[in-house]
Amino acid sequence: MEKLIVAGFGGQGVLSLGQMIAYAAMYEDKAVTWLPSYGPEMRGGTANCSVIVDDVSVASPIIANPDCLIAMNKPSLDKFVDKVKKGGLILVNSSLISDKVARDDVTIIYIDANEIAHKIGNDKASNLVVLGVYIKASGLFEKDVMLSTIAKVFAAKPKFIPSNQAAFLAGYEM
Amino acid sequence: MAEKKLMKGNEAIAEAAVRAGCRFYAGYPITPQNEIPEYMSWRLAEVGGHFVQSESEVAAINMVFGSAGAGGRAMTSSSSPGISLKQEGISYICGAEIPCVIINMVRSGPGLGGIQPAQCDYFQATKGGGHGDYRMLVYAPSSVQECVDLMYTSFDKAEKYRLPVMILGDGMLGQIMEAVSLPPMRDLNTIPKKKWATTGEGFGDTRRIINSLYIVPDELEAMNIKLQNIYDSMAVNETLVEEYLVDDADIILTAYGTVGRIAKSAVDILREQGVKAGLIRPITVYPFPTASFQKAASGKAKEFLAIELSMGQYIEDVKLSVEGKKPVRFFGRSGGNIMSPEDIVAFVTKENK
Amino acid sequence: MSIVFEKTSFLTDTSMHYCPGCTHGIAHRLVAEALEELGVKGHVVGVAPVGCAVFAYNYFNCDMQQAAHGRAPAVATGIKLTDPDNIVFAYQGDGDLASIGIAEIIHAATRGTNITVIFINNAIYGMTGGQMAPTTLIGQKATTCVYGRNAETNGNPIKVCELLATLTGPSYIERVSLGDVKSVKQAKKAVLKAFQNQIDGKGFSFVEMLSSCPTNWHMTPTQATSFVSNEMQNMFPLGVFKEVE
Repeated sequence: MEKLIVAGFGGQGVLSLGQMIAYAAMYEDKAVTWLPSYGPEMRGGTANCSVIVDDVSVASPIIANPDCLIAMNKPSLDKFVDKVKKGGLILVNSSLISDKVARDDVTIIYIDANEIAHKIGNDKASNLVVLGVYIKASGLFEKDVMLSTIAKVFAAKPKFIPSNQAAFLAGYEM
Repeated sequence: MAEKKLMKGNEAIAEAAVRAGCRFYAGYPITPQNEIPEYMSWRLAEVGGHFVQSESEVAAINMVFGSAGAGGRAMTSSSSPGISLKQEGISYICGAEIPCVIINMVRSGPGLGGIQPAQCDYFQATKGGGHGDYRMLVYAPSSVQECVDLMYTSFDKAEKYRLPVMILGDGMLGQIMEAVSLPPMRDLNTIPKKKWATTGEGFGDTRRIINSLYIVPDELEAMNIKLQNIYDSMAVNETLVEEYLVDDADIILTAYGTVGRIAKSAVDILREQGVKAGLIRPITVYPFPTASFQKAASGKAKEFLAIELSMGQYIEDVKLSVEGKKPVRFFGRSGGNIMSPEDIVAFVTKENK
Repeated sequence: MSIVFEKTSFLTDTSMHYCPGCTHGIAHRLVAEALEELGVKGHVVGVAPVGCAVFAYNYFNCDMQQAAHGRAPAVATGIKLTDPDNIVFAYQGDGDLASIGIAEIIHAATRGTNITVIFINNAIYGMTGGQMAPTTLIGQKATTCVYGRNAETNGNPIKVCELLATLTGPSYIERVSLGDVKSVKQAKKAVLKAFQNQIDGKGFSFVEMLSSCPTNWHMTPTQATSFVSNEMQNMFPLGVFKEVE
C-alpha cells in the first residue's frame, strides 16, 4: 500500500498531480482513493489531496502518516512534515521552499520544479515534473504506464500530451 | 465487466441516477454536493430529461413532488442546511406516498455550521426529520462504487414501497474519487407503470389524486398504520449490513458510511496488534440492522464501540439494538474533523489498558 | 325534450364545501368550462393549494395533486416538465400565492414555465378564520388587524399582477373580477386565453380573480360582491398587465 499526500497552493496543480496517480492506478487495475481538501481553503490557501494505492481494496481514505509527502509550498511542508512516517519520502519544491527539512529519518528530495518546468517551456507543468521525480523515487508505476496515463487523461486535448509527457520525463530523469 | 471510470462520489451518484431512469432533477447550490446539480444540468439534457436550478431548496423538493407524483423518476440533492429546508416537502411526499430519491451529502452543523464532512444529520435522516410520523429508506454508502450500486436500485425500492429513499453521505463521500463500474442505462419501458400517478388521463372514476390531507381522524390513523406496516416490511426485506471479522471479536467497532471504512482499517490494525476487533457497518441506517447487533451482543463480543462524526446520535440506535447486554462506548469527532484509523486504534488500546 | 343547459363535465358531482356567497364556486366553474371547451379531456393535471380551495381535488374532474402551502407553482413545474403535453394548472389563494408562496410564483413566472395559474384574491385568509392576507386592503378589518389594516404596522397590500408584469418570462397576465355578471363573462375569456396559451406553448399565463369572502368579511353575499366591485377594484385595477403575442 502506498499512502501519499500532495499539498500546495491552489493553482499549483496538486489535485491533478494526485489524480494522475489515481488514473494510473485504475489503468493498472489497482485499488485507489483520491480525497481532496475542499472549500474556502482552495481559494488562495493550501490545497491538498490524499491518494492511497493498494492491490485489492482501500478501506480508510484518511491518511494519518503518509509514506510520501509532496510539498509544493512552505505552508504545506510545515503542515505535514512531521506526519510522514519513518523511512518515508518527502519531495520538496525548492523553487518556493528555501528551508531544508530537519528530519534525518526520511528520504528528502529537493526539486527546483518551477525552474525545470520553465526550461522545457511549460511553466504550468511543475506538478508533472514533481510527478516524474515521485514515480522514479517510489517505483510505484513504470515510466511507460505514466506516459500512457498522461496521454489518456489528455486525450480530449491532444496538443497538451507531448509537453506534459516532456515535463514528466524531465522530472523522472532528473 | 464494464470499463472502470475514475469518478467523484457526487458525479457517480448523478450518473447512476440517470442510468437508473432519473429524468427530473431540481436542486439549489450548496457545498459540498454541487457536482451533482452541475452534472445533472448537462447530463439530463442529453437523455431528454429536465434539470431545474430552483429558486430554493423548498421549491426543489416540491418540484420533485410534482414530477414524481406525475410518475417520473425524480430526485433532488443537497447538504445539511438545505435538507432542513426540504423537510416540509419530504413530510408531504411521505404523506402522499410519492417515490423519489433525496441525496444528503452531510456537512457539519448546527446552523450554517461548516462545509467539512460530518454525520450530524443522523437523527434527522433516520427518525423522520420533518413533521409527522414517517420514515424513509436511508442508505449510507461508504464508497463511490456503493454510491453507484445503491443509487441504481433506489428508485426501484422507492417505487416498491411508495416512499422517498435517502442516500446519506457526507462531504468526504461526495468529493472522493474512486474507480467505479457503471451499470447499464435502464430501459425506461421496463419500469413498471404507476396506476396512481397523475399522468393526465384521469377522468371520473379513473381520477388520480396525490394528496396528504386526511381530515377524518380514523382515516388518518389508518394511513399511519399503513405506513408503519410498510416500514415493518421494509425492515424484513431491505436491511443491509456489512459484518467484518465479527464472529470471534472481543470488541465490535461499529460505524456507517465513510466512517465505516475508516473503522475497517482500524480493525485491520488492531488485529495486527493482537486485538480481536470486528466491525458492523450498517448499509441501511433505516431500517437499522438490529439483528446483527443482537447476535453479536449475545455472543463472544465483550463490548461495542460506536464511532461517528457526530456527538452521540448513531450510538443511540446501537444501544437500542444491544439492549444493555454489553457496554457500548462512544468515539466521535465533530465540526468537520475526521478521525483516522490510527485515532480509533489509539482510543481502543488506551481505553483497554 | 332537448338539453339546453348542462353542468360542465370537468366538475365532479361532489357537493362543494364553500360558504354561501363565496366566489370559489364560480371560479371553479370557469376553469372547468374552459377545460371542457378546449377539448383537453384526458390531458389535464391540476394542483390544489392550501387554504379554502384545499379540497379542489374533490371538485375538478381530472388528475389532481394537492401541494404544500404556497408550493403549487413548484409542484406544477415538476408535473409539466415530466409530461409536457399535459395541460397543468395551479389554483391558489392569496395567502398561499402572495405570501408563503411568493418565491415560487415569481420564479415559475420568470422561468416562463408553460403552466396556467389561477389566483383567487379575496383579501383574507379564509380557511384559517379571517386573518390578514398579503392583499388585505388598507383599513380592512381582519382577525389579526382588528382595527383595520394599517400600513405603518401591517405593511401595504401586494399587487401581484403588477409585480409579475415586471418580469420577462410570463406570456399573459390579467386581473379580472367575479363581482358582477359582466365581469364574470370577462373572467371566462381570460381563463380561456390562459389555457389556450398553454396549449399553444406560449408559456406562463396568470389570471387573478378578485373574489369575495362574505363569511370572513362579515357581509351578506350582495354586500360582498359590491365590496369586490368597488373597494377591491379601486385597489386592484382590472385589465391585462402583460400579453405576448
